[in-house]
Amino acid sequence: MIQDIATLIRKEWKEVVFHRGGGRQSWISMLILLGLLGVYLPYLNGTDWLQNPMALFTWAWVPLFMTIGLVTDAFAGERERHTLETLLATRLSDASILFGKIAASVLYAWSISTSCAVLAAITINVTFPNNGAFQFYAPAMFFGGLAAVLLIAILISSIGVFVSLNAATVRQAYQKLNLAIMAVWLIPFILLQTFPDKVQSLFMKVAPVLDAKLPLIIGSVFAILIVLDAMALLLAKKRFKRTRLILE
Amino acid sequence: MTSGTISISTNDLHCEFGEVHAVDGITFEVQTGTLFGFLGPNGAGKTTTIRLLLGLLEPSSGSAQVLGYDTRTQADQIRLHCGALLEQNGLYERLSAEENLDLFGRIWHIPAERRAQRIQELLEKMDLYERRKETVNSWSRGMKQKLAVVRTLMHNPQLVFLDEPTDGLDPVAAASLREDLVDLARQHGVTVFLTTHNLSEAEKICDQVAVINKGKLLTVGSPDELRLQKSAHSIIVVGRGFNEALLAELRTFPDVEKVELQDRHLVVYFKQETDSGNLVQFLAAKDVMIDEVRKGKASLEEAFLSLLEEQA
Ligand SMILES: Nc1ncnc2c1ncn2[C@@H]1O[C@H](COP(=O)(O)OP(=O)(O)OP(=O)(O)O)[C@@H](O)[C@H]1O
Ligand SMILES: [Mg+2]
Repeated sequence: MIQDIATLIRKEWKEVVFHRGGGRQSWISMLILLGLLGVYLPYLNGTDWLQNPMALFTWAWVPLFMTIGLVTDAFAGERERHTLETLLATRLSDASILFGKIAASVLYAWSISTSCAVLAAITINVTFPNNGAFQFYAPAMFFGGLAAVLLIAILISSIGVFVSLNAATVRQAYQKLNLAIMAVWLIPFILLQTFPDKVQSLFMKVAPVLDAKLPLIIGSVFAILIVLDAMALLLAKKRFKRTRLILE
Repeated sequence: MTSGTISISTNDLHCEFGEVHAVDGITFEVQTGTLFGFLGPNGAGKTTTIRLLLGLLEPSSGSAQVLGYDTRTQADQIRLHCGALLEQNGLYERLSAEENLDLFGRIWHIPAERRAQRIQELLEKMDLYERRKETVNSWSRGMKQKLAVVRTLMHNPQLVFLDEPTDGLDPVAAASLREDLVDLARQHGVTVFLTTHNLSEAEKICDQVAVINKGKLLTVGSPDELRLQKSAHSIIVVGRGFNEALLAELRTFPDVEKVELQDRHLVVYFKQETDSGNLVQFLAAKDVMIDEVRKGKASLEEAFLSLLEEQA
């Protein structure tokens, strides 16, 4: 199963992201992202980048949107390019196909996030050296951020795969998913608009200082995310019915 | 069940799409290590049958076993041991030929070294090895088709389903593929289930053929049996000394339906199966120099067309 998932991840990346022809665009957008989030913004913000949790919203949040292109292609793309039936006729199990597709997109976003975070730390150490002492994020912030990226990427990807299963073309899947994402995107903004002071003060509390309630808050956010992930994965699993797929 | 000798068996298999009865109660068996041709006009239900046998569609009723596994409950096992070229070739056009085969090698857990060997072996056989690094979208239709055929063989399956494998191939490539398929069955004991619209192809290579139309199985048998079963009742007399008066006299025979003279070939069609002895004696008495008398045999194509006509 793990081997099959790895095979599919490899295929997805090769075929959808880094294929000859359109692959150059993927490389360019990835480099721009790395340059922006890994070098330019950290350089502008200085050592604050490693301490301010707001920075999380860039290196953790932005790469998540890289999943959209990949995940909408998951099934709608195979359908559009007439490869779905042949894939379904292989020995791969339902679970390996489904989780392979989801994992391809999750790992893609997650590795970009990780690269941005690590590159940013290197940038800070090079441009703002602290007498040779190595500067890094507070471990809770770094690992918490990466864990959050993982969980949110799983959520977006499972929803995306679900949407892709229901779409006839990549374009359709893309439009549907964008609508869903936009809703998620807007919620923090609406909160920020409606309660600017409260949100501000909340962020102050979520500083990398050991606030007494912080573990509890973060813990519950993670718990909620895990539950949502499980639900989204289950939904996609339920939707994936081999004997129905080629009829659509 | 006599498993071990039978690779595919279906029992009153049905598949409905709303009003359309794509497969309408078919029952047949395919012996292991044979080439089985599934013939039928467009929309007959050939592709649907292949999908049912691979467990990609669920039958509305009836059942089927492939390699002893039930298509409803053990389709994973079926797909593990089979290879399939479906209606659409299913190639990843943005990947190279080599990458396409490599992907399927990985899917079937073939170790890296063996995979590379197998890719070279298969592509060389199809004369495509030189071009293995090119992305498939730049290839011609026939080249893609060849690649799709060898892809089904990547993991040495026990049974291959080929939906119109020679479609788009030039005559030389088609002939060479036919040879390979025969070789696969004879030398390696692989069972080949293929659909084709090319009846002379089926006649040449298939051990057994089935004819399906509108979801119903019209007949199953060897191409020879089918031709005999459906051959027009006729004899062909090769000789000299035929003339119009003789032909006119022949037409008055009670069993004779039609008489034609083509060069030195006299073709006599009977209304039903008839002993042609009398007729030959009559000709000899009329001083016809007879070189050869043989029974007329329908081609598979004629047999096929007459079967469809009968059903209609
Ligand atoms: N997914 C589907 N939904 C509805 N009807 C279908 C579907 N697939 C096939 N059919 C119908 O089932 C019948 C048999 O189709 P099938 O594709 O099996 O024919 P075929 O013998 O492979 O024909 P061809 O030689 O043209 O490939 C046709 O009438 C077709 O319209
Ligand atoms: Mg067909």
